[in-house]
This record gives sequence, C-alpha cells and structure tokens, in this order.
Amino acid sequence: MNRIDKTFRRLKETDKKAFIPYIMAGDPDIDKTMEHILMLEECGADIIELGVPFSDPVADGPTIQRAAERALAAGVSLRKMLVFMADLRKRSQVPIIFMTYYNPIYKYGEEVFVTDAANAGVDGFIIPDLPPEEAGSLRKSCRSKGLDTIFLVAPTSTEERMKSIASASKGFIYYVSMTGITGTKLSLEDHFRNHIGRLKELSGKPIAIGFGISTPDDARSMASVADGVIVGSAIVKKFHEDPGNAREFIKKLREAV
Amino acid sequence: MPALLELEAEYGKAKEDRAFKNELELLQSTYIGRPTSLYFAKRLTDHLDGAKIYLKREDLAHTGAHKINNAIGQVLLAKKMGKKRVIAETGAGQHGVATATGAALCGLECEIYMGSIDIKRQALNVFRMKLLGAKVNEVSIGSQTLKDAINESMRDWTTNVRTTHYVLGTVFGPHPFPSIVRDFQAVIGKEAKRQILKAEGRLPDYLIACVGGGSNAMGLFNEFLSDDIKMIGVEAGGKGIEGGEHAARFAGGSIGVLQGCKTYLLQDNDGNVLETHSVSAGLDYASVGPQHAFFKDSGRIEYTYAVDAEALAAFELLSRTEGIIPALESAHAIAEVAKLAPRLPKDKIIIVNLSGRGDKDVQQVAKIKGIEIC
Repeated sequence: MNRIDKTFRRLKETDKKAFIPYIMAGDPDIDKTMEHILMLEECGADIIELGVPFSDPVADGPTIQRAAERALAAGVSLRKMLVFMADLRKRSQVPIIFMTYYNPIYKYGEEVFVTDAANAGVDGFIIPDLPPEEAGSLRKSCRSKGLDTIFLVAPTSTEERMKSIASASKGFIYYVSMTGITGTKLSLEDHFRNHIGRLKELSGKPIAIGFGISTPDDARSMASVADGVIVGSAIVKKFHEDPGNAREFIKKLREAV
Repeated sequence: MPALLELEAEYGKAKEDRAFKNELELLQSTYIGRPTSLYFAKRLTDHLDGAKIYLKREDLAHTGAHKINNAIGQVLLAKKMGKKRVIAETGAGQHGVATATGAALCGLECEIYMGSIDIKRQALNVFRMKLLGAKVNEVSIGSQTLKDAINESMRDWTTNVRTTHYVLGTVFGPHPFPSIVRDFQAVIGKEAKRQILKAEGRLPDYLIACVGGGSNAMGLFNEFLSDDIKMIGVEAGGKGIEGGEHAARFAGGSIGVLQGCKTYLLQDNDGNVLETHSVSAGLDYASVGPQHAFFKDSGRIEYTYAVDAEALAAFELLSRTEGIIPALESAHAIAEVAKLAPRLPKDKIIIVNLSGRGDKDVQQVAKIKGIEIC
C-alpha cells in the first residue's frame, strides 16, 4: 500500500476528509518550496499537490499561470524536481503528487521518468492534458512502480466516461467543480451532488474536489460531499501576495475540511 | 474530452446531413464567393522564366483569406449543435475576422482571443473584428502570440462548454479538429483540380503552400494526395534557423505533445515550448498540425522554409508583377516559388495557394521599411 492509499485509509478510519493543498514548485524559488511543503505538512496537509511548471498550462487559471512563469524563470524543471524530491524525502514522508503536463514527461521519456520519480519518492501524477485513453503506457509503468495516476472527472462527464476514468484512476479521483464555485456563497446544486454520488457508487474510490475553492467556507461545503478537498490558486496567491498570513490561512482551511 | 466526443459525434452526423451540406454549399457560392479563381500568373512566370505558375486565389474569398471556409463551416455546425456562443483564437487576425463574420451571419455571440503582440501588429484586423460585433480578448501571458491565444481559448471552452463552440482555426489541436478543419478547407483543392484540368488538360507538377498550423496547405493538398504530384509546405524561417528566431518546426523542432496533439514542436530539453519569431503573425507558431507531421515522416510532402527577408521580397515581387498584394503568410509560399520556378523547365506547372490578401500587412511592411504612413 502506497502513501496515498494509507492516507485515505487512515482518514476513513477516523472519519476525516483529506486536505490537499497545491503549490507551484519553484515559486518563487526551490528553497521556499521546501519551506512551504514542510509548513503545509505541519499545518495538517494530508497530501500535497506539487505543480511542476510547464510553458503552456492549458488547465490552469491566471494565478497558477503566473506562478508557472515565475517558476520557469527560476529555472525549475521536472529533472530538478526529482532531485528536490530525494532531498525532501530525508525530511518528510507527506504524500506528494506531481501535477504537470504531458510534454515534459514525454520529452524526459515516460518509462525512465516513472522509474526516476519512484526512486525519488513521488507518489503519483495528475496530468490534466493526458486523458485516460491516451495514458495506457504511462499507467502501466506507474502500476509497476506503485505510483498513482489520478484522472479528472468534470461535471459534464457522462456515466460511460465516469466509468472509464474511475477504472483508470488510482489513489483517488479528481472531481473538477467547474461552474459557480468561486465567490462567497457557494451553492451545491442537486445535479452536482447527484453526479458525485453516482461517481462514488461506481468507482468505490476516494473523490477529491478541486478548482476554484478559495475560502474555508468553500472548503467546508465541498468536504461535506467528497473525501478530500484540493485548494490551489487561493494558496498560491496567498504565498505570493501575503506570505506573512499564509500559515494562518492554511490552518483555517485545514480546520474547515 | 466530453466536449470533443460530442463534437465528433455531431460532426459525423452533420457530414452526412443533406440539409447541412446544402446550406454550406449555398453560403460557399453566394456568401464566400466560391469557387475562387485559379489564375495564371503570366508576368510572374515570365519574370521567373521557368515553370508556369498558377495562383489559387483564396485572397479573393470573403474577408480576404481561406480562413472563412472553415469558419463558416464550423459556425454552421455550432448553430446545428444548439450553441449560442462561439470563440476562436487568432494570430494574424484572419481567422478571428472570419469567425466574427460567421457569427454575425448566424446571429451567435462571439469572442476572440489574440496575443498582445499580435494585437499590436494586426491592429486593422482587431478593429474589423470589433466592427463585426465580436469581443476581442487580449492574451498577455506567455509569448503573447497565437500559441497563448489557443491556450486561452481552450480554457474558455472547458469552462463554457455547455453554451460554447470553439472554432479552432487550423488543422491542429485534439481530434476531431484537424479532420474537421481539413474537410472544410478541402474545397480549395477540389476546385483547383477541376480548374487546372480545364485550363491545362492535366494535373500540375507542384503544389506549394505556406504552413503555419497548416490549414491552407492541407486544404490545397488533400485532394491531390494520391496523385503523382510534388507538394511543398513552406514554414517561416524568421531570422534564420541557426539563431533560433524562427517558426520552422520541421527544420528546427522535435516531436512533442501540445494542445491536444502529438506533432513536431519547437521545444527545449525540458519539454517547454520555445518562443518563435516570424514577420508573419499567422506563421509565428511553435507547433504544426499533426497531419503535416505524418506526411513529413512518410515523405509524401516536402517541407522547407523562407526567411523574413525572402518573404518580404516575395511580397513586393507579386505586388509589382501581378498587381496582387499577398498576405505575408502567403508571401512565404511565393518566396519558394521564386526559388523553384526558375530551376524548372517551362512545361512544368506549379499551383501555389495564395491563401490571403496583404491589406492587413501593409502597415507593418511600411514600418519595416521605415516608412511612416499614418
């Protein structure tokens, strides 16, 4: 059982939900990233999603796009992040998922990359521009190394599609809370609730909700329907614009989940 | 993915739908102005003193470029799918103008994404889009050109997929876009084949077209793929391949995956996409349609490039010999003609796709020449 599975099992036993913060590796530099990860763990992060910057982040909004630009300017790459991971693993065992795009992995070489990532202590990948039907070889390599491949379900996904994503996804399923999420008043429409319910039924896997969750209140209501909550842009923004209050903000998010 | 699957299914139906085809054909003839002519460029032929040169006059299509062929097709498809809004990326602005035109024609809401740099160098087209009722969104992230405009369009589409169709402008992106765009552009080659048979009683020896994403080239070449004809795609060589300031993916790139397709790409060792340069906004792009990558590898199509200076010289050459001001994109194809035709015997025939007219580029060319016009 890998670190992600263990985490969800532990949470289930204690009837808790996973708090999954996202940060961009190398924003503003690699030393800060180490500090941020250790701080997130200390504040109670169950899993950390670590963005590895790519020049064309099509699935990211403006906050993370800018963070990726800063990280690329700081010289961060997939290769450097593997060295970083080996370092991190001397200090922390918090589950780490790389969120990046497919081309850097393709360029590195899928199989070599997965081997190197496993050796460096990475636990899984989210690659938003790689749909499960194109991910056969990567999934196979990951399976053999015990790494998770996490795929995304959108509110527009049909039942048939949910099934194929559910079976391809390991560790957990990433549910994209696409519409009407940002802002203070968050409404959990019936469709949304039913859709997630159905996904739970047919997957039997943990479901984490992400995209646009920006306040402790958002996080609280999302946690009520899922097994985990992913907070990205809001944390990236906090670290960038108001780092002095980041710890407090993260603690509040943790408490809300 | 769900949006792509829906699009694939809906397009499959539309392709077989007689009413859809009739509506498209009627607009092609009465609105776009098809067939566009196949013009024998006698003075250019005499000047180059070699093969006979024919121009496929896509510059005469409504809005001044081949882009309208695809835009009208996709806007009709959007309407058929019940979408209320269309979005599009644009580099040179021609596809943006074409989509805004189609949206006005069909009464759909329209937003165009365009990089900040392109907005500056194609100010005329930006104003045209606004006149046509479209909202133009400036994309100020990344390289601020076509690539980033595509990223932003994809983000919009994923967010608004229920109401919106993304009118992708070239034979690029995830399936089914390359097929859809090729099919809507294939009319160029179908007409050209008919026209050259009528004019010469035989097929041409060479087809030449510029390649940015590659839709005008695919549009001309597709009909001739199984004929014994040489085909040449011309990329933007920018300031030259050696210095890295270019957009010649085949000459200077390697295989990668970007924006939903696997193809040749200008990228660094970490797989990040490199900045590109071309005098022509429509060719200033780090990647190329996957069908072209396939034909490059199979050897069916030959790819070369023209540098900025050659394209600018061809821009003036065609203007002076034929009274036709070509788009800077199309001028890259003319530049290749200027190199090739003199080396060929006079009984050989070349068809070059004059994909767009150069009105939009006049101001920029004046600026490059150091001439103040307004």
